[in-house]
Amino acid sequence: MLTFKRIAFIAAAAAVMAGCSSGVKLNDASVEDRNANNATSGVTGVDLTGSDIAADGGPRNVGRVVYFDFDSYVVKPEAQGLVDANARFLKADASRKVVVEGHTDERGGREYNLALGQKRAEAVRRSLNLLGVQDSQVEAVSFGKEKPAAEGANEAAYAQNRRAELSYRR
Amino acid sequence: MTTHSLSSVHSPFSFSSSGAATSRRSLLALLAAAPAAPALAQFRVEIAGVGLRQMPIALPALRGEGAGSEKIAQIVQADLERSGLFRGVEAHDVQLDENSLPDMAQWRQRSADALSCGSITRLADGRFDVRFRLWDVVKAQDLGGQGFVVVQGDLRLVAHRIADFIYEKLTGERGVFSTRIAYVTKAGGRYVLWVADADGENAQSALASTEPIISPAWSPNGTQLAYVSFESRKPVVYVHDVASGQRRVVANFRGSNSAPAWSPDGSQLAVTLSRDGLSQIYLISAEGGQPRRLMQSGGIDTEPVFSPDGQSLYFVSDRGGAPQIYKVGLSGGGAQRITFGGGYNISPNISPDGKWLAYISRVGGAFKLHVMDLGTGDVTALTETADDESPSFAPNSRLLVYATRQGGGEALMTTTLDGKIKARLAGKGGDLREPAWGPFQKY
Repeated sequence: MLTFKRIAFIAAAAAVMAGCSSGVKLNDASVEDRNANNATSGVTGVDLTGSDIAADGGPRNVGRVVYFDFDSYVVKPEAQGLVDANARFLKADASRKVVVEGHTDERGGREYNLALGQKRAEAVRRSLNLLGVQDSQVEAVSFGKEKPAAEGANEAAYAQNRRAELSYRR
Repeated sequence: MTTHSLSSVHSPFSFSSSGAATSRRSLLALLAAAPAAPALAQFRVEIAGVGLRQMPIALPALRGEGAGSEKIAQIVQADLERSGLFRGVEAHDVQLDENSLPDMAQWRQRSADALSCGSITRLADGRFDVRFRLWDVVKAQDLGGQGFVVVQGDLRLVAHRIADFIYEKLTGERGVFSTRIAYVTKAGGRYVLWVADADGENAQSALASTEPIISPAWSPNGTQLAYVSFESRKPVVYVHDVASGQRRVVANFRGSNSAPAWSPDGSQLAVTLSRDGLSQIYLISAEGGQPRRLMQSGGIDTEPVFSPDGQSLYFVSDRGGAPQIYKVGLSGGGAQRITFGGGYNISPNISPDGKWLAYISRVGGAFKLHVMDLGTGDVTALTETADDESPSFAPNSRLLVYATRQGGGEALMTTTLDGKIKARLAGKGGDLREPAWGPFQKY
């Protein structure tokens, strides 16, 4: 199956050729505007799947962060909608990839917390697998306690840090 | 640097040149990508505690100490005091050097058991000639001394060599003052992996990054550092040649790669990999290649560390429900649990003589450094602090360096194994963490 970008390029190329030969514009971008410095401007004009892709390459208007309770490594029911939406996005195109980054709060040793964060990332990865996302599309990694989302030695900060983030690395 | 032994005080010096060792400064190179970093600002060494047997030693300033940039006698005294076995005796008012015949009665009156005096002279070519002699005050005996000819940049190293000489003469054991430590600082979103002298001074940057660096581990011969870097936005294990700054990726498998530990012969590393879906321990050649999984456990296995005889691995596992320290033989057999006190024991480190296990135990919510006598199983808590991390033994098995939180910031501390003498290796600015004490080296 052709990737999204390839389809767009072919369509854009077709648009250029149509524009040159018949003088009919197929999109708002004029031939003169189609300079080399931003392929995406041409892409948007012939978007075949709808603009459901956010700037990070992941699904637009869909959350990226799954939060976990203290000492817990299972995806809570509250997060299932978010996981489902990301799964749907990934299943729509088998070339799409996501890195699930697991994190912990700041309490405890660095290496053990790296492994606990890994458990959170793996839990989200398994949820995605169960929903039909292929293994090759997901990598689960951990940052342990090294990249807190919130600083502070209090429960509010801890709760913000116990998380797995879906990172679409465009 | 050239080193000479001093002959008896009553005859002229004979300079038998013992092989010239290359200046250690020239052995450290910066990683090409790292910006040239200035050496970390001066560390203050704060030493606290009273030991059972601290030998009182007098260390007057070297004659001519204004000549060099370093206060040699003070560095020697700080080294010896940090070991926990010595206490400096007041000696400001005297002018002695390596040729002096000290008045032993006077020093006994000052309660000194030992005395070291010497001189530093600037030579015509800009180098410095440093000499010292050590006296046993109680026996009125000349214990010998040494002479060094060095460039200015090596004066601190000379002080550490003097401290080693004194320590070995008076305790019979090898001093660690010329060894190095590695550690990581975090300041303003920037992480740096440093290699410094054992007193924290003379730090040189091995790696600078905007992403975290953790778990530095010295190779047994002290020429390489393994560590985990997140610069690829996932944890990857690197091995870094300290002298050349060259490094290679040793483990970048799918998922997370971390917790490198060297085998005693330097040929392989134990690492924690999540490639099979769980954090488990694998063995891999130090050159990289295919990893070999060591065990199958249903939980997390991590933080491997080889026993000094290379026959076993100590590690952390929560296979029993909570993290505890276990030991497994490398030629087969099951894992044996080592820690039983409390519900959370991590970060094992084994003393090079194989007698002690240092680790972090969570006690009532606080994370505290403990030491276990592996012969008897007796456990001692060593600190008053609540956020201890990363214990690492000195190569003479007599001291530990660890990271902790003090006064709102992260700092490095050394402690004797009974917890009685502690020293803070304090830096200005930034949080210090992840210390690793390097091995003895030939210079």
